[in-house]
Amino acid sequence: MGNGDVLSLVTEKSGDTPVLVPMGRIDGSTAAMFQDALLKLVDEGGGPIVVDFEKVDYISSAGLRALLLVAKRLQANDGKLALCGMRDHIFEVFKISGFNEILAIHPTRQDAIDELP
Amino acid sequence: MSSPEMQQSVDVDVPQGVDGHSPSGDSPIPSGDSPIPSGDSPIPSSDLLTSSSDSPIKILVVDDEVDLEALVLQKFRRQIRKGELAFSFAHNGKEAIEKLDEDPEIAMVLSDINMPVMDGLALLKQLSETKPEIRAVIVSAYGDMSNIRTAMNRGAFDFVTKPIDFGDLQITIDKTLKHLRLMKDALASRDQLVALNSELDVARQMQAAALPARCSSTDFYDFNAVMVPAKEVGGDFYDLIRMSEKRIGVAIGDVSGKGVPAALFTMATRTLLRSYAMGGDPPHQCLNKVNELLCEDNDMCMFVTLFYAVLDAENGVLHYCNGGHNLPRIVRNDGRVEVLHATRNVALGVVAGHEFQHGQIELQADDSLFLYTDGVTEAEGPNAVEFGETRLDELLAHVDGGKAENITSRTLDEVEEFTRDIPQSDDITCVTLMRRGESLEAVGA
Repeated sequence: MGNGDVLSLVTEKSGDTPVLVPMGRIDGSTAAMFQDALLKLVDEGGGPIVVDFEKVDYISSAGLRALLLVAKRLQANDGKLALCGMRDHIFEVFKISGFNEILAIHPTRQDAIDELP
Repeated sequence: MSSPEMQQSVDVDVPQGVDGHSPSGDSPIPSGDSPIPSGDSPIPSSDLLTSSSDSPIKILVVDDEVDLEALVLQKFRRQIRKGELAFSFAHNGKEAIEKLDEDPEIAMVLSDINMPVMDGLALLKQLSETKPEIRAVIVSAYGDMSNIRTAMNRGAFDFVTKPIDFGDLQITIDKTLKHLRLMKDALASRDQLVALNSELDVARQMQAAALPARCSSTDFYDFNAVMVPAKEVGGDFYDLIRMSEKRIGVAIGDVSGKGVPAALFTMATRTLLRSYAMGGDPPHQCLNKVNELLCEDNDMCMFVTLFYAVLDAENGVLHYCNGGHNLPRIVRNDGRVEVLHATRNVALGVVAGHEFQHGQIELQADDSLFLYTDGVTEAEGPNAVEFGETRLDELLAHVDGGKAENITSRTLDEVEEFTRDIPQSDDITCVTLMRRGESLEAVGA
């Protein structure tokens, strides 16, 4: 058992937009918790959601799947999911799987907010 | 005891449990407090406890006062007539044990304390030792706290006081039966869990059986694969598709998540890919078609990263298409390691209608294509350090590449060495396809 299989989640606000800040590892054992937190934000607002990856150490395919599910859910409500703050090795995961082509990824939180409709 | 009060409590009778048709696994704690609507077709309380809906719940009453027998039969006559409850009687503890031995279906005992031969407290002691599944309710004199304490300490489920208030007794019986039903549900859930675990074992075995051969070689190519599944049923797979002696397809994939959904998605992907690959479609067209089918009704948003390549070992041309999978390596015969760069593709199951881009490279004699899943590069060593691509490239550059097996087994060895005592959290899969030197000589000769 790694000490790394811990994820904590904090929701901040940037204006009216909720910003989810996951800290730690998003993997098979924590992806469900990550997804639940995102879906809760979808249910609460249905509007745009920003996920700031600044403090994410690792994301597995289970985490990508959670993002995909939430992006689709938001799309159905004309909402939008914006990601930001990825370190290189995290961005690499999105790039290899091609998810950088289908999810909106911005360098900083401000960029993500500015791009929202 | 007022007879109208009795009427009421008898009509309310045993709480309604799970209706006989819903799977008990759904709600371990059924809504037990709603009374059965009086009138048409009440659910017999026997459904609450036994699988056979015909048999009533059996209660053994133990008391040396013979009068009690007639009273119980009278007070509970409606439930007895409906076949919900059945009573049997014993006059001391010893007789009670004999009755219990005769009839293992007795679920509950209602016992007095002061009796000849064997008293209620001794009976309780024996019950807790030999028949722990039976719940006992003790009848004691009002205010006899010391006996009540002793009885409770010996495992009595509850107590009622003398003279018996049959309204209270009814409630106590209901409570006891509800408890027994919950116990039964809990045991059933546990059994289901055990069954589910053995089904998972079957899934694991099916997955292992569905994998192609670990090695295959002709004069033209040498194929070797190794897969070390993590504990759970995982989402890694590889495949080998022999089209002719000189033409071979290799695939590697990794489905998001783990467990049974991932295993099913894995099987679906492999079967679809195989069917198109066998038809001889070039890799990118295979992926286009597989993707379309995987995108249909994919509400769970599962996806799979998939790399598929076809080697024509006669001219060494390798056609490939990478659907979001970890970048494969080409290990050249002089030890150079090249990254097979991606072609801006997305994992499969994500974007319907995605046009997969195709790539092409040439393999010389003894060059190898090396494929792996993220279980290799993300294998965790001491201090949460990952194995990583740098270590992988380093080892590939120094491996004795004369045989496909050398490359796969060396990779696995190094990953195992690196992770040592740390439990494996993801499937580890490596595949090597080498173009054989002999083929060139054969062609040249």
